[in-house]
Amino acid sequence: MNFPILSSLILLPTIGALFILFTKSSSGKYQSSKYVALFISLANFLLSLYLWYVFDKNSVDFQFVENREWLSGFINYKVGIDGISILFVILTTFITPICIISVNATITNRLKDFLIAILIMETFMIGVFCSLDLVVFYLFFEAGLIPMFLIIGIWGGERRVYSAFKFFLYTLLGSVLMLVAIISIYWITGTTDVEKLYELGINAEYQNLLWLAFFSSFAVKTPMWPVHTWLPDAHVEAPTVGSVLLAAILLKMAGYGFIRFSLGLFPIASENFTMLVYILSLIAIIYTSLVALMQEDMKKLIAYSSVAHMGFVTLGIFTMTQQGIEGSIFQMISHGLVSAALFLSVGVIYERHHTRLINKYGGLVSIMPRYAIVFMVFTLGALGLPGTTGFIGEFLILMGAFEKNILVAMIASLGVILGAAYMLWLFKRVVFGEINNQELKSMKDLKTFEIITLSALVIPILFFGFYPEPLMNSIEASVENTLNMYNFDLINNLVSKD
Amino acid sequence: MENFQYILPEIFISVSIMLFLLVGVFKKNSGSLIYNLSNISLVILLALIINLSSLDTIYLFNESYLIDNLSNYMKMILVGSGIFVMLTGSKYIQVINLNKIEYPILILSSILGMMIMISSNDLIVFYMGLELQSLALYVLASFNRDNLLSTESGLKYFVLSALSSGLLLYGCSLTYGFSESTNFDQILINSTEFNYGTTFGIVFILVGLAFKISAVPFHMWAPDVYQGSPTSVTLFFAILPKIAALSVFIKFLYTPFANMNDQWQTIIVFISIASMIFGAVAAIGQKNLKRLIAYSSISHMGYALAGLATVSNQGIQSSITYISIYLVMNLAFFSCLFMLKRNDNYFDNIEDLSGLSKKHPILSFSLLIVLFSLAGIPPLAGFFAKFYVFLAVIEQSMYFLAIVGLLATVVAAFYYLRIIKIIYFDPEKEEYETSHNLGLKITLAISTIFILAYFIYPSGITEIVSKITMI
Repeated sequence: MNFPILSSLILLPTIGALFILFTKSSSGKYQSSKYVALFISLANFLLSLYLWYVFDKNSVDFQFVENREWLSGFINYKVGIDGISILFVILTTFITPICIISVNATITNRLKDFLIAILIMETFMIGVFCSLDLVVFYLFFEAGLIPMFLIIGIWGGERRVYSAFKFFLYTLLGSVLMLVAIISIYWITGTTDVEKLYELGINAEYQNLLWLAFFSSFAVKTPMWPVHTWLPDAHVEAPTVGSVLLAAILLKMAGYGFIRFSLGLFPIASENFTMLVYILSLIAIIYTSLVALMQEDMKKLIAYSSVAHMGFVTLGIFTMTQQGIEGSIFQMISHGLVSAALFLSVGVIYERHHTRLINKYGGLVSIMPRYAIVFMVFTLGALGLPGTTGFIGEFLILMGAFEKNILVAMIASLGVILGAAYMLWLFKRVVFGEINNQELKSMKDLKTFEIITLSALVIPILFFGFYPEPLMNSIEASVENTLNMYNFDLINNLVSKD
Repeated sequence: MENFQYILPEIFISVSIMLFLLVGVFKKNSGSLIYNLSNISLVILLALIINLSSLDTIYLFNESYLIDNLSNYMKMILVGSGIFVMLTGSKYIQVINLNKIEYPILILSSILGMMIMISSNDLIVFYMGLELQSLALYVLASFNRDNLLSTESGLKYFVLSALSSGLLLYGCSLTYGFSESTNFDQILINSTEFNYGTTFGIVFILVGLAFKISAVPFHMWAPDVYQGSPTSVTLFFAILPKIAALSVFIKFLYTPFANMNDQWQTIIVFISIASMIFGAVAAIGQKNLKRLIAYSSISHMGYALAGLATVSNQGIQSSITYISIYLVMNLAFFSCLFMLKRNDNYFDNIEDLSGLSKKHPILSFSLLIVLFSLAGIPPLAGFFAKFYVFLAVIEQSMYFLAIVGLLATVVAAFYYLRIIKIIYFDPEKEEYETSHNLGLKITLAISTIFILAYFIYPSGITEIVSKITMI
């Protein structure tokens, strides 16, 4: 147990990035650096799988904890994982190599810089999910803005500057309040160590304000209605790989933060604000689904669908039931896979036809049959058909919601229907129908690397759709523990009030 | 006589100044020679100061001169950054034909003045040091005398600075009149009672000091002077007087006026908030990099003052940490600015950075790091600077100050991002020269690595600074 496996996971991509930075490639195309990046990210993926293998699924404690003195005496560098965070770590290490494989398709200039940005991004993303200290968490959480800003801004589409700024400033604005809250927590309790905070608890009188400060950050990042507007812009303008990272992992940071911090640290406030989250989530589900129906740009449609899906996630988390939270985590993993796959699929046809407008396509099934098949799987995954991961997540969330509030659950169920509507309509317009555009006929079916990346995503979507047990096993104990702590704190608070 | 060993650094630098003057008079065209000699003497000076730093608090000359942890640390970073300022600017002043003997000598004299300011424990000694540094700075600002902007900035700085010195003197005399002493410790003892005269004195003295540190609403000179002065002087302006003024600020607030913190705390909070907001908002529309960095330094001073407003050791230490990190960021930024050279012309408009990243990846990467750090984005050094300040501010439950300050960072982030956007996202322009002098390269490398790697061992500065306790 002496080997610092989590720190290696965090640092390995950075080391790879440094390696790429300092190697000069003789050919201008930097193919070799791509292989280096791929090798590093695959090694990281294998390392995280090994981590999952040795991870004790029945334990509720944080495992592989590393605790080093960092900020003289008062803040330690502390990382560790439990059943919840390990899944997100694996999701991150799984998505990154896929991104690197599909880099060629979209990135033509400055490939080397792009690979460095992605690898640095991976470091920060893994760091977010591993950190067990609020300040360390904040550090990783915010640091991710830098590479993402550059990814959108340098390699993005026409309005990339606007989108990059909007992304950066929105997120920063949300996060600074979280920093105030973190520092306040330090002065209130004398520590920012998450484990210690779980034991100590935070005085009820402070919880509401602190919760709101954390919420302001997570709500922007999730994103929740009405601060979701940066997401469609960022998605549309980002290069395909950027969108994939953004949708698959960055958005999950906030959902993870809700479970780990909002629920874990501020149970009383979470209880107080449950209705607020329900309402915002419902608006997100219904409203953005309707907006998604009207989109003409494929990426924008998927971006809005992401907001709706994340609405389900927040709803599930704040049902405070075993099913709801497990469903939310499952939904996040599922959305991570499905949205990544959808963005890659859009990237595939965008690269061939250079437009993302839906009405420019039609009848792809007869030109690109293989593409039509994988795209169908992803569409069905997005709308939550039984047999895909999407179904399990939504089903559990709705189960949790029905237990707590029937009205909320019923409205949320409407979102499932709307989700099916916009996804199927998108699929119909793009894949079926007449080929009304002669240029489309010259489009080639999937290339080898596209088959590799897309099928790498099809497999887990279907596998865990039919057999969710492995994922459920690893989160079950931790979720139960979180809920127990949560209820224990609530009861304690009631007792102390009487 | 044995007292003199403690002021050996000051004596050494005074003797060097006079010696260099003599050399300059008797030897023609000795600009470069004196420049290098001055640099060497600064290195020796740094060594002398470090040699003294192990000592405890020492009062000298009838308790009018004080050597303690605060003054030693401040002198160290003062002289240390002085060395780097000289290193980075050496090529620049040759190219724009300023390589005269007066230039390094003026820099040394103003450093001497600042050292006296930092160590003073008496109103009169303090004022002497202040005037020595100011007079040298007036000349430095207008050193490029054939340039309209430079002479204008020198004059502007002179007029406004003289005005603020007047206010400061008025404050000093009021303080003296009502507390019956010019000695800081004596003032502290005599001003314990509620004393209107001294309160007025505090206000005037704070105004004068706020001017030196370019805090809102006494910042008007900063943008013009920054833009007009030769860039090497701007760099000097951006760092050294700020260090001296901040340390005097600490000294005034926590020695003679320590008992009257109810009176000055509100003023400092106001100045701090106003500087943070104004610096952030006014920089948005700027087109000139030097002007922009002037506004940015205004807002940075706001953060440094926020630490002082807390009336706690933690706050003082956070301010000192802030200024230490701030000076490294400025060194890095100006080093990048010195590299924008083509055919013996230096460029300092934001537009000149357009598409820099394509031809100059390393330079642009350094700028990227520096700008994100100035904006306070983790994990760079600038974030930790702000983090310490807000840690101290929130400890005292000054939530309003903390929230306003952090929101101002978001506004400020916008203009830093705008520069990054121009460097990275915009179409490229002509190439700049790539050969630079070694001093410049070393400074840029050291400062960038410091900013980038600060998070690996963040306790380094804090451990040194934590020895400085005023309360």
